[in-house]
Amino acid sequence: MSAQTHPASGQIAQGQIAPIHTDQAYNFAYLDEETKRMIRRALLKGLAVPGYQVPFASREMPMPYGWGTGGVQVTAACLTPDDVLKVIDQGADDTTNAVSIRKFFQRTAGVATTEQTTVATVIQTRHRIPETDLSEGQILVYQVPIPEPLRFLEPRETETRKMHSLEEYGLMHVRLYEDIARHGQIATSYAYPVKVEGRYVMDPSPIPKFDNPKLSQNAAIQLFGAGREQRIYALPPYTDVVSLDFEDHPFQASKADHACDLCGSNTAYLDEVIIDDAGGRMFVCSDTDYCSTRRAQGHVGRLGTAQEHVA
Amino acid sequence: MQSAALQGGFAHAPIDAAHAFRAALQAMARPGLVQRVTGAQPPAPLSVAAGVLVLTLMDRSTPVFLAPSHDVAMVRDWLTFHTGAPLVAADRAVFAIGDWLGLSPLGQFAIGTPEYPDRSATLIVEQPGLERGMAVRLRGPGIRDHVQTTLPDVPALQANAALFPLGCDFFFTAGADLMALPRSTKLEAC
Amino acid sequence: MYVAVKGGERAIDAAHAWLAEERRGDLSVDELSTRQIEEQLTLAVNRVMAEGSLYDRELAALAIKQSRGDLIEAIFLIRAYRTTLPRFGSSRPVDTGEMACIRRISATFKDAPGGQVLGPTFDYTHRLLDFKLLAEGDVAPAPVAQATPGPVPHITEFLNKDGLIEDQPHDDTQPNDLTREPLELPADRALRLQALTRGDEGFVLGMAYSTQRGYGRTHAFVGELRIGLCPVSLDIPELGFAIELGEVELTECETVNQFKGSKTEPPQFTRGYGLVFGQSERKAISMSLVDRALRWRELGEDNVGAPAQDAEFVLYHCDNIQATGFLEHIKLPHYVDFQAELELIRRLRAEATANATANATATALASTDMNEAAE
Repeated sequence: MSAQTHPASGQIAQGQIAPIHTDQAYNFAYLDEETKRMIRRALLKGLAVPGYQVPFASREMPMPYGWGTGGVQVTAACLTPDDVLKVIDQGADDTTNAVSIRKFFQRTAGVATTEQTTVATVIQTRHRIPETDLSEGQILVYQVPIPEPLRFLEPRETETRKMHSLEEYGLMHVRLYEDIARHGQIATSYAYPVKVEGRYVMDPSPIPKFDNPKLSQNAAIQLFGAGREQRIYALPPYTDVVSLDFEDHPFQASKADHACDLCGSNTAYLDEVIIDDAGGRMFVCSDTDYCSTRRAQGHVGRLGTAQEHVA
Repeated sequence: MQSAALQGGFAHAPIDAAHAFRAALQAMARPGLVQRVTGAQPPAPLSVAAGVLVLTLMDRSTPVFLAPSHDVAMVRDWLTFHTGAPLVAADRAVFAIGDWLGLSPLGQFAIGTPEYPDRSATLIVEQPGLERGMAVRLRGPGIRDHVQTTLPDVPALQANAALFPLGCDFFFTAGADLMALPRSTKLEAC
Repeated sequence: MYVAVKGGERAIDAAHAWLAEERRGDLSVDELSTRQIEEQLTLAVNRVMAEGSLYDRELAALAIKQSRGDLIEAIFLIRAYRTTLPRFGSSRPVDTGEMACIRRISATFKDAPGGQVLGPTFDYTHRLLDFKLLAEGDVAPAPVAQATPGPVPHITEFLNKDGLIEDQPHDDTQPNDLTREPLELPADRALRLQALTRGDEGFVLGMAYSTQRGYGRTHAFVGELRIGLCPVSLDIPELGFAIELGEVELTECETVNQFKGSKTEPPQFTRGYGLVFGQSERKAISMSLVDRALRWRELGEDNVGAPAQDAEFVLYHCDNIQATGFLEHIKLPHYVDFQAELELIRRLRAEATANATANATATALASTDMNEAAE
């Protein structure tokens, strides 16, 4: 049991200067400094052993587990007041959870925010990698629900940890091969497992496998936070990341076989939207910044209009 | 404890530490890349960069080893006052600070375990200048193709890298500059 | 024309405003004060303190008010608040032998030194709705007996003197802190007990109940259950002595369970332990049963594959804040992943249909050939 004191009456321990209060009684970027140091140490070890899951003492955050608490803690440990933050969920800046997390950091860290991928210094994401290439100096923070790629093959943490230490990944290949036997191809379409620098098998978070090639040799730092599962892992820039496959069944990044109906892009990952009761549908870019940037440049898709202003 | 030990900490801990960590993060993510840091005025012989790392990463939960070069009363007091980190022998250290000679041999530090390779020591190696030492070419994660730099003892660091995924990780510090070398980096003398 | 869904921010603000209105309810009804919650919904306050791992009645009451009585939501509010608090040190271990008991019962002995104290319990109430409570009214004061000051010995210690129960030697090892270090398996008993004491009451109860029904039976007797106030003190290194910070209400349960023993050692009773903030006896008893079940390995028992024997299973699933978060997160948008699945299933179906058609054609052709051949 620890002595608890309300922050208002709290004395400052160990010669530290009183925290700057951005909002209410909370520290810069919400987390206390001790927690940030713990996360920061885990991040450095994560970078030193790419793809290895570093245990960290995840804290309860003011949003529920499953809502991105791991990503939020990683972002909070990385942010400086000079950062420009972008938050996306499903590729979009305007989904409710992205809005909520962006507001959280505006409030607790006072950072500038943006929807433009190229302008952001830190991007927190759930389920997508932006279409626009990232650059050196940028940080991409992933929210991860289940960090252990072997979890659905072996529910025991004690066992999976052993398997990673022994580089014993046969079970994963067996599972992928069973898919091929049953379906004629690997039936994993998201959270598709990868191998990092020829050593650790890693879960890339539930991004569609379309995004997997962007994990490899990316110029940005990629950080992964799993709050509930208390794990942090990382990919330094220019790291080799290979999607698991077989010689006779090579990995294929796939997407809907359409062009974006708003901006006409043939290369971006698409969401399918049902537009009427008759089951009519259209396809639009999942990356909202990419789509609107293209439209501003004059690209027009099948159902788009030039110079469109989105309400 | 001399009152000087009470000085030289971050003026605005949350903000100064945030900037310092970003520099350390970039350094660890991009081996060989030099970052400049500010905010600490530690007592000699601790450099500004080492002092910044101390204030940013260490606390009561991180046992620290001071090599003979840095095991002086002023440094001990400063470290204890600002971080509360316990001072320990090399084999129990999460962080170690000193010159290369004082930190050698590397075998005395924790290199992690096969199941927990993160449980290894991080060494902060104080250098007279980051350009001093043996010329070396670095390859590996964080490096596009390769990068040239200088390091104090290439064979010892190659031996450490050969332990991957185990091994120690390094920050090299001189004045306000720091550079990192994770265990994942491959070294070629040149 | 399709218009992308915008206005997430406005929708969120409006939802929050609506929530605040619903929380307050009918304005013509008096607002509930946190003092009222503290005083009159005490057991809810206790549960929130126990599973929130923060001993503060006022904040627990506030959390209950803010969460509209959803206790898991209230526990979540407390946990999120607690995690940001700076730590100034660790208290000395509380000595429950110094407890000022309001309740102390033993199921194993008819009487014991210090006596049995029934205390404010529902145990022997008849569960009949008391319609008098529909109207507000005063309660008659309960009779008061003279308290006997001084330490209250633990009943299981009487068994210990005779060597009838396993010895639990005093151990000053600093236990790991579950809230500051990631859970590592195998977890030692101190860590397991930490997880259980802040675990979900319903989950821990269900696990305990399963052991009683035969899934890892431990034959538990309640050796002693005590509830009361214990002083908490903190060592101040600068002063060189400990100061008392205040008192916490605790519920402690010690079970006496069936024996261990071997050819060389005579049989002995074994122990299960539960300690919970506040008056939370269902939780404390459940905890001690699950604690005992999890000790199968150190006591040399068989793992019969019961859920309550599986430390990984129990520890990874007992936290209701982790559980509710992950459970409820499936209502967040997942359309990117769903899209990937849609494409996969369409492709698999297209291939299956193509194969079936090809097979049917081949079969038809083959049978035509055969027919032709037969003709």
